Amino acid sequence: MADPGRHLLSVLVENKPGVLTRIAGMFARRGYNIHSLAVGPTDDPTLSRLTLVVGSDAVQVEQIVKQLNKLINVIKILELDPAESVERELQMVKVNAPAEVRGQILQLVDVFRAKVCDVDHDAITIEASGSPEKLEALAELLEPYGIRELVRSGTISLGRGAKAITDGSKPRMQRVV
Amino acid sequence: MTQQETMTGATAVMKSLEKLGVDVIFGYPGGAILPAYDPMLDSPIRHILVRHEQGAIHAAQGYAHATGKLGVCIVTSGPAATNLVTGLCDAHMDSIPVLAITGQVSSKSIGTDAFQEADVTGITMPVTKHNELVTHPERIAAAIKEAAHIATTGRPGPVLVDIPKDILATTFDYQWPQHIDLPGYRPTIRGHSRMVKEAVKMIGQAKRPVIYAGGGLVRADAAEELRELAELFQLPVVTTLMARGVFPEDHELAVGMPGMHGHYAAVRAFQETDLLVTLGARFDDRVTGDLESFAPYAKVIHVDVDPAEIGKNRYADVPIVGDAKVVVGQIVKSARERIDRGDDVLPDTSAWREHVATMKREHPLRCEQDPDGPIKPQTAITKIYETWGAEATYVAGVGQHQMWTSQLIPWSRPRQWINSGGLGTMGFAVPAAIGAKVGMEDKPVVAIDGDGCFQMTFQEIGAAVHHDIPVVFCVINNGYLGMVRQWQHLFYDDRLSSVHLPQDIPDLVKLADAYGIPGFRATTMDELEAVLEKAGQITDQCILIDVRVDPEEMVFPMVPAGQSNEMLIESVEELREREAKQRAAAEAAAIEGGA
Repeated sequence: MADPGRHLLSVLVENKPGVLTRIAGMFARRGYNIHSLAVGPTDDPTLSRLTLVVGSDAVQVEQIVKQLNKLINVIKILELDPAESVERELQMVKVNAPAEVRGQILQLVDVFRAKVCDVDHDAITIEASGSPEKLEALAELLEPYGIRELVRSGTISLGRGAKAITDGSKPRMQRVV
Repeated sequence: MTQQETMTGATAVMKSLEKLGVDVIFGYPGGAILPAYDPMLDSPIRHILVRHEQGAIHAAQGYAHATGKLGVCIVTSGPAATNLVTGLCDAHMDSIPVLAITGQVSSKSIGTDAFQEADVTGITMPVTKHNELVTHPERIAAAIKEAAHIATTGRPGPVLVDIPKDILATTFDYQWPQHIDLPGYRPTIRGHSRMVKEAVKMIGQAKRPVIYAGGGLVRADAAEELRELAELFQLPVVTTLMARGVFPEDHELAVGMPGMHGHYAAVRAFQETDLLVTLGARFDDRVTGDLESFAPYAKVIHVDVDPAEIGKNRYADVPIVGDAKVVVGQIVKSARERIDRGDDVLPDTSAWREHVATMKREHPLRCEQDPDGPIKPQTAITKIYETWGAEATYVAGVGQHQMWTSQLIPWSRPRQWINSGGLGTMGFAVPAAIGAKVGMEDKPVVAIDGDGCFQMTFQEIGAAVHHDIPVVFCVINNGYLGMVRQWQHLFYDDRLSSVHLPQDIPDLVKLADAYGIPGFRATTMDELEAVLEKAGQITDQCILIDVRVDPEEMVFPMVPAGQSNEMLIESVEELREREAKQRAAAEAAAIEGGA
């Protein structure tokens, strides 16, 4: 199931202006491919955390990690093993739902443990989270009813177990004469 | 120590630079940076007014390269800042510690396409080690302190600090920070001890080891350690374009320069070696040629302070991240400890060294100077070196003159040679030589420039004369963009396209006169001797020497671009012979195929 060219990187960065540009620019400049990117705040307001899904061989991923590490605002990078981590994406689908098929669609919502987050006369908007495969399966099953629009977030992921990305970090301040 | 003082942001900039020990800055004033030029009048820091912002950053580079200290330049917003881009990129490629301070339009105008506004942090992001737009005055001192730290540590490089005009003008409570907060920046200095031991073992087992010495050794001030390593293990030393001088050329272990225009023995040593001891070098394409066929028998030990260089172009069997000076010291120490314990760690390299020495002897650089014929550029460069000698610093632009200078001068110390290696920036020499001279006031600085390069930045002679910075400017004037001409001659059937620069435009002696400095011209060997005799006496002012050289001379040896180092040629005849053989082989194959 696991695609050997798919790598999951969790990147802890300083929450400063331009950090995302630096990362995106480095990928573009060196010809690396980003499949998905998600970024948001963490429990520490001075830090943000990115989850990147990149499509590369192992040698190139090593180079990507090294190049990311060269960016001054990047604090730590973890490559997450899909077998040892939890991955989630969020998807919202607006699908045609006239009365005669609405029941079928709501059944699908149930099966996928999704939620209806907006209802109109002809359409409903479904919110689902889960692995990329699950979300693709849901979208495929909704397709015959007519998807009006679909939006999906990048993957976010955490390693399983008690260990955290910040474990073993050194103190922030360094004395420089 | 932590007392506060009330001052403007502009004064804080100057105070911060003083705190860092900066004694000279190269710059050019303008609208957004205006506030900083007022407290400059009261600062002990010397300001050199250049004639173009590109000159400011190349001068800062030359200063940094010559002294090993941080080079600083300061310019205004918009076009001034964009004029720094070439120099930033150059410093980024060649790992030169430079701090660039740029004025920015006022905070409230940012993003409105205001007069002389440019997104300078955005534009320079890919060509700096780091940059920052300062958003409040309290941040000025920390931004400058962090910038200097980042620029000068780890793999050195350029850092830019962009400061809006209103922040320069605001009065606030200044405080020099005791600490810096860079949680994502901690360069590795010491090499991993297991890897160091592995390196000692691997060198000991090698039959044909060679040191691939790069510019990182110069940046790390590791010449002493390199010499110890080479002498202890008796390893031949090849020095790259960026490392010329880090190992003395007259040393019996010195092999010369590798790469596209490298010495025959150095290029062959790489192709034949079974172990590349790579120190502060990055397997640049100009060294490796076709990467697949580069050093095909070699295992690789790779020492670099930048982990991203290791394994980037060539797999490293023994990767060691760390400062070159420290790691080479560790390798030597580890080997000595084993020797003290009675271990046999030293390889027998005598047969290999003898082979390399034979190649060196049998394949010297070739240049025949007819005493009555035109001056060969190689002769001019050799004579220039004889005039100013080993104590001088030599600065080149980019092209044929650069390659000849790098090949021919018997380099004897690090920082004796300054040039633009990675980016290949034409026009580098004049401003970089001025910056170097500012840093080495008691020693001669000689720019050996091409006529194409010279015309890109010679306006900086104005800055040199104005600020009394006596530099020797020698133009190896062949009336062509010589390297491009060489390629058109060799690979485009001698169809010369836009490479002719008439030798009289401009008249360089008249140009010297216009700047009020002595100008000389040499067109024959006799004139060259006489001119250098006279010019060598002048030490207190700038000199401009126009050496008219043979326009047809080409740089050899040469590996044609993209080809394997196996295809090294030492003369045009050799290239034509090979082409004829290839044609004959192709024809024979065609006949056979037809039959």
